[in-house]
Amino acid sequence: MLDSLLAPFRALGQYAILIGRAFASVNEIRMYWKNLFIQMVRIGIDSVPIVALAAAFSGAVLTVQTAYQLETPFIPKTIIGSIVAPSIMLELGVVVAGFILAGRVGARIAAELGTMRVSEQIDALEVMGLNSVGFLILPRVLAGIVMFPVLYVVSCVVGIGTGIFTGHIGGFLSVSEFLEGARQFFQLLDPFIGFIKSVAFGFIVTSIACYKGYYTGGGAVGVGDSTTQAAVLSCVFILVADLLVAMLLL
Amino acid sequence: MIEVRNISKSFGDLQVLSDVSLDVNEGEKLAIIGRSGSGKSVLMKHIVGLLKPDSGHVYVDDQDLCCVPYERLRELRKRFGVLFQGGALFDSLSSFENIAFPLRYFSSLSESEIEARVQECLDLVNLSDVGAKNPSELSGGMRKRVALARAISMEPAYILYDEPTSGLDPETSNTINDLINHLASELKVTSVIITHDMHSVLEVADRVAFLYRQDLEWVGPVAEIHDCANPNLNSFVRASEYKIGDSSTATSLSEPSP
Repeated sequence: MLDSLLAPFRALGQYAILIGRAFASVNEIRMYWKNLFIQMVRIGIDSVPIVALAAAFSGAVLTVQTAYQLETPFIPKTIIGSIVAPSIMLELGVVVAGFILAGRVGARIAAELGTMRVSEQIDALEVMGLNSVGFLILPRVLAGIVMFPVLYVVSCVVGIGTGIFTGHIGGFLSVSEFLEGARQFFQLLDPFIGFIKSVAFGFIVTSIACYKGYYTGGGAVGVGDSTTQAAVLSCVFILVADLLVAMLLL
Repeated sequence: MIEVRNISKSFGDLQVLSDVSLDVNEGEKLAIIGRSGSGKSVLMKHIVGLLKPDSGHVYVDDQDLCCVPYERLRELRKRFGVLFQGGALFDSLSSFENIAFPLRYFSSLSESEIEARVQECLDLVNLSDVGAKNPSELSGGMRKRVALARAISMEPAYILYDEPTSGLDPETSNTINDLINHLASELKVTSVIITHDMHSVLEVADRVAFLYRQDLEWVGPVAEIHDCANPNLNSFVRASEYKIGDSSTATSLSEPSP
């Protein structure tokens, strides 16, 4: 009973120590730069299409629904742009990207490391004299921290662009009206907060996935469990971090 | 020299090793035998510092693996080559890249020297032409031989073999046994072989250590394995003899070597 009550705290401690060990090996990053570059491509560049697709549909739907809700002669149409653009920059762009990446990147990292664990490949790295935590975890977490903001920018540009395009094609909002509204209420704080969130989400998704994968137990079932837990926990902690950043910075 | 001193290890409530002490002398081939679940692989992981004992010490060349800082442990591990049970080859890399992997990280060899060294290792395990193949394209025996080539690429002082013949057909098992003997004499390495394959033990080992449940019950020269008074070891040897079934091998197992 006491054991199961303490289990989450034990896991948190184990997670903190693992990530601490990963960052403590940052002085060896020159050994792992090639791995860092590979992870930046896999986590960042390879995720651009799916993030862009999700952002495109989110931007389009948000524009259509905002226009529908504000369909009254008493509210100027420019207000649609001033709602859609900050919503995407502050919340939608980064959270949608985060959820997509929790599934795509988080699950892949957990499955990859989990398979390496159960097939003794991580032990093989250790007995060669490599620091497996530095070699496997640090490049993935750093790549997440660096590339999530890039994907956030992609998500915002595509989301807002699709919003403009949808309004124009739908004939209910001109490009100039959208841009005027977006400019009118633009605050530098909005993209800044989105950027902070993207860095936090990048860290959350990659570090949780690395932790779950690195400590995978059992065989194929263990890998499956780790993969699922990595995706689910990443989504939960994205929501928690989203709220915390909003409460702290807004 | 490897010295294991009074190590005990438990996982939760399960005691796996209890007060085990063992020496592995330089240049010898020591087989650690025992039933599945008797703690052989756990003992091997202690020898290479992958696990820390709950109590006791493991000394490699007079340095206590349990107390050295992680950086020093990494240096000590470079003296080991380990053949894991499943090979533990990196499945995203070709055989060549697998063998070149430690050389790229821990040697100052040029690319052409690395190529030559990889080929030399592949030749040693009689797999000269599989460098371009991925692990998934190799048979079980070939995978183990490529893993062995990777294990010897850094010229280790100690080679640890975890179930080197498990899951292999008798002919491939003999090839692996021959390789273990060949590498021991050619490279003058100390070998520790974790196995429950008595045929392999008789083929390669100089000395035998028998683990039963969590205790080390018997240690002695392979020639004395039939004369020992330990009932558990006798039962283990008899069971292997029955399993092999072949009359000539059965004789060699049941009768002491001259």
